[in-house]
Amino acid sequence: MTATRDKFGRPIVVVTGMGVVTSLGSGKADNWKKLTAGESGIRTITRFPTDGLKTTMAGTVDFIPVEPFSSTDLSERLGEVVAEEAIAQAGIGTRGDFPGPLFLAVAPVEVEWPQRQELGRAIGTSSEVDYDAMLRVSGGGRFAQYHRRFLFGSVADHLAEKFGTKGSPISLSTACASGASAIQLGVEAIRRGEADATLCVATDGSVNPEALVRFSLLSALSTHNDPPQAAVRPFSKNRDGFVMAEGAGALVLESYEAATARGAQILGILAGCGELADSFHRTRSSPDGKPIIGCVRNALSDAGIVSDQIDYINAHGTGTPENDKMEYLGISTVFGERATQIPVSSNKSMVGHTLSAAGAVEAVFSLLTLEHQRIPPTINYDIPDPAIPFDVVPNKARDARVTAVMSNSFGFGGQNASLVLTREPV
Amino acid sequence: MTETTSSGPATAEVWITGIGLATSLGEGLDAHWDALNQRRINVDEKGFAPYVVHPLAPVNFDTQIPKKGDQRQMEAWQRIGTYAAGLALESAGIKGDKEILARMDMIVAAGGGERDLAVDSNILNSEAKGNSAPGFLNERLMNDLRPTLFLAQLSNLLAGNIAIVHGVTGSSRTFMGEEAAGVDAARIALARIAAGQSDIALIGGSQNGERKDLLVLYEFGDFNLTGKFVPVWARGEKSGFALGSGGAFLVIESRAHAEARGAKPYARLTNVVADMTRRKQPGEIAATLERLWPKVGKLGNDCAIITGATGAEPATSEERTFLSKHPDFAVRASGTTFGHTMETQFPLGLALAALSIERGALFPPNDPAGVEVEMSRPPTQIVVIGTGHWRGEGMALVEAIK
Repeated sequence: MTATRDKFGRPIVVVTGMGVVTSLGSGKADNWKKLTAGESGIRTITRFPTDGLKTTMAGTVDFIPVEPFSSTDLSERLGEVVAEEAIAQAGIGTRGDFPGPLFLAVAPVEVEWPQRQELGRAIGTSSEVDYDAMLRVSGGGRFAQYHRRFLFGSVADHLAEKFGTKGSPISLSTACASGASAIQLGVEAIRRGEADATLCVATDGSVNPEALVRFSLLSALSTHNDPPQAAVRPFSKNRDGFVMAEGAGALVLESYEAATARGAQILGILAGCGELADSFHRTRSSPDGKPIIGCVRNALSDAGIVSDQIDYINAHGTGTPENDKMEYLGISTVFGERATQIPVSSNKSMVGHTLSAAGAVEAVFSLLTLEHQRIPPTINYDIPDPAIPFDVVPNKARDARVTAVMSNSFGFGGQNASLVLTREPV
Repeated sequence: MTETTSSGPATAEVWITGIGLATSLGEGLDAHWDALNQRRINVDEKGFAPYVVHPLAPVNFDTQIPKKGDQRQMEAWQRIGTYAAGLALESAGIKGDKEILARMDMIVAAGGGERDLAVDSNILNSEAKGNSAPGFLNERLMNDLRPTLFLAQLSNLLAGNIAIVHGVTGSSRTFMGEEAAGVDAARIALARIAAGQSDIALIGGSQNGERKDLLVLYEFGDFNLTGKFVPVWARGEKSGFALGSGGAFLVIESRAHAEARGAKPYARLTNVVADMTRRKQPGEIAATLERLWPKVGKLGNDCAIITGATGAEPATSEERTFLSKHPDFAVRASGTTFGHTMETQFPLGLALAALSIERGALFPPNDPAGVEVEMSRPPTQIVVIGTGHWRGEGMALVEAIK
C-alpha cells in the first residue's frame, strides 16, 4: 500500500480538479494550447475609453460578458467558471454540494465609478455633489443591491452558496500572492485533518479605469502599447512594467487518502508551501533579497526537498525592472550555479499579470507542465538582460522531463509565497 | 451547512499573551478597563449627522509609529491598526524582539478602500455640469489621485504596514469579509498553532468609522443608526449600527512557547467555531448560533458572554432569541460602548474577554433594556459571539488559566 502521509507525517495533499480562465481563453485545453504556442492574450482595451491613459492595453477577459459591468461581478463570474471546471474534473460531491471549505483569493471589493456616477445622477443638478448629498440618496432600498454586491465578503458568499462549500468561506488578499495563499490555506486545512477536500479559487476582474490609473501612478505598468502583444517582456533588458490582466484559477485539493479511496484521478501533488513577509518597503523588495530567499527556502523545506530536485521554476516574472531583478537574486542565491541552467519561464509574458488570481492560474499551468512534460515559453524575449542569465525558455515551448515545479508569487505589502508541485509524492 | 471548527487532531494549548486596544474609549488596557467600569460611551451624534459614530479617542500615533513618513503613507484605518498592533506586541513583551517577530505569523482582518472624498466629489460635480467627454474620468484620476493613496486603500497594506513598522514578518495574511473576517482570522491562527503549524501569531483588525464613503456602503442597505444614540439592545424599531473607530490586536501563542519565554498569559483561547448560514428563512441565524453553542466547548457556571451584536436586523433580534434560551449567562454587547467596528468587532470581543478574565471581573452592564445583568462572580469562561450584520456567525471560548 502506498503511504498516505508525507515524510513529516502529514496527510499528502493532492490535486484532483483544476479550472482556469485567462485572456487566452476559457478552460485548460484552450489555455494550454495557446500558452504552449506562445500566443499573447494582451490586447488594446475596448471596455472603456482609454483617452488620457499612459497604458492602453491589458489582458482583459471580454469573452465572458457581465452586464452591467463591475470588476466585482466579473471576478465572481470568472470564479464560478473555474470552480465549475475544477469540480467537474474532480467529480467530487454532488452538484451544489462540495464536501469542504472554500478559500477565495479576491481583489479588495469596493464601490466602483459606475455606481458612484449613478449616485451623482440621483442627486441631480439641484445641489452640489458631495458625500453628504450621496448619503442623502443612498438609503431607502433604492440601492440595496449595492450593499450586497460591494461587501468584501460578497464574492465568497455567492460562490459558497452556488457550490455548497462547507463552513465559513474565507476571502483573502495577499496582493499579487493571493492565489498562492488561497492554495496554502487549503493545504494547511487538509494537513490539520480539518477537511478531506478544499476548494481553492483565485479570481480577478480588475481592469477598470481607476485600477489602471492606480498602478500607472505607481509607475508599475508597461507603456509598450503598440503592439500590445509585445508589451510584457519578463527578464528582457527592455522590460518596462507589468500588464494588468484578468483571469481565475481553481484547484480541488484532497488528501491522498480521500482521493484514492473514492478512485479519483490524481493530477499532481501540492508538496510544499512557503511564505515570508518583507518589512523593507510598501512596494519594493528588500535589496538584499532575504525575504524572497527565505520564502523559496521555506517552500522547499516544507516540501521536504532540496533545490536540486526542482526541474522547472514557474516565475512570478511580472516584467517590471524591479521584480525580475529581485527574483533572479532570490533564485540564484538558493539554486547557486543551477540558476542559469534550470528552466525559468513567465506565463505572464502571455497572459499578463492576473494579480489576485496569478498564484492559482500559475499553479494550474505548473500542473499542466507536469502533466504534458512541456514547458511554456517566456515570449517577447528578444533582448536578454545580461544581469539575469536565466534560461527563460525563450519564445518557444520546450519538451522536458519535469517532476517538480516551483511556482513563485510576490506582491505589494511585502507578500511572498512559493509553492512546490510534483507529479508523485516526494 | 457544517460548521468549521478549529479542533484538529493535534491540540497544543493556546494562550493570549498580548492585547492592544485603541478605540473610541482611549488606548491601552487600564484606560479601557476604567471606562468600561464607568460605563463611559464616546459617541458623536453631530459630526456626521444624522449618522451616529463612535470617534477614535485622541492617541499619540508617534509612540507606536515613530516615523512621520510611515504615518503619511497610511490612511486613518491603517494608522489605528498599526498603532493597536504595536500596543499588543508591547503588552506581550515582544516589541522589538527581532528573533520572535521575524518568525511571528500574522492574520489581519481588514476592510480597506478609504477614498479621497474631494477627488470623487469634484469629478462627479464636473460630470453633473456636462463634462462627459471620453477620457474625462481618466484624466481627472491621473491628475488628482495621490500616487500613494492606492497603498492606503489596499486591504493587505495594514499587514504590510505592521511588517514595516513593527517587523512582524513570519507570514502576512489578510482576510476580508466584514465581521466574519475577524472570526476567521482568530479561527485559522488558533488552528495553526494548535496543530503545530505555527508557534505565535498576531491577529486583529482596525476600522476608521468616521468615513462618509463607508457610511454610503451601509446606507445602501439602511444599516446606519441615525438621530440619537441608543444602546444596542434598546434599538427596537430603530435598527442599525453606529460605526465605530478602533483597532484591536492580540498576540496568541502555544503554551509551550509562552512558558519558554516566561510570558504571562491573560487567558486561554480554547476554541473558535464559525459558520455562514444563508439567512433565507427567519430563525436561521438563531438556529446556527444554537448549533455552534455546544461546539464551542463545555461551559460551567462562571461563564459570561460578550457579543458583537450589531443592532442590525434581523440578526440582532435572532441573537436575542438565542440568548434568551441561555438565561444563566451574563451578556455584554460591545457594540453599545464601541459602536460597530466591523472586521474588528470579534477581535475586540476576544480582547475584552481576555481582559475581563485577567482582571477577575466582568465589566458592568450598560443596557436599559435589561438584557445585560450584573455578574458578581469572577468569570472563568467567556464566550465571544460574532454575528455579522449580513452574513457570518462565529463563537470563541476564552478561559481562565488555572
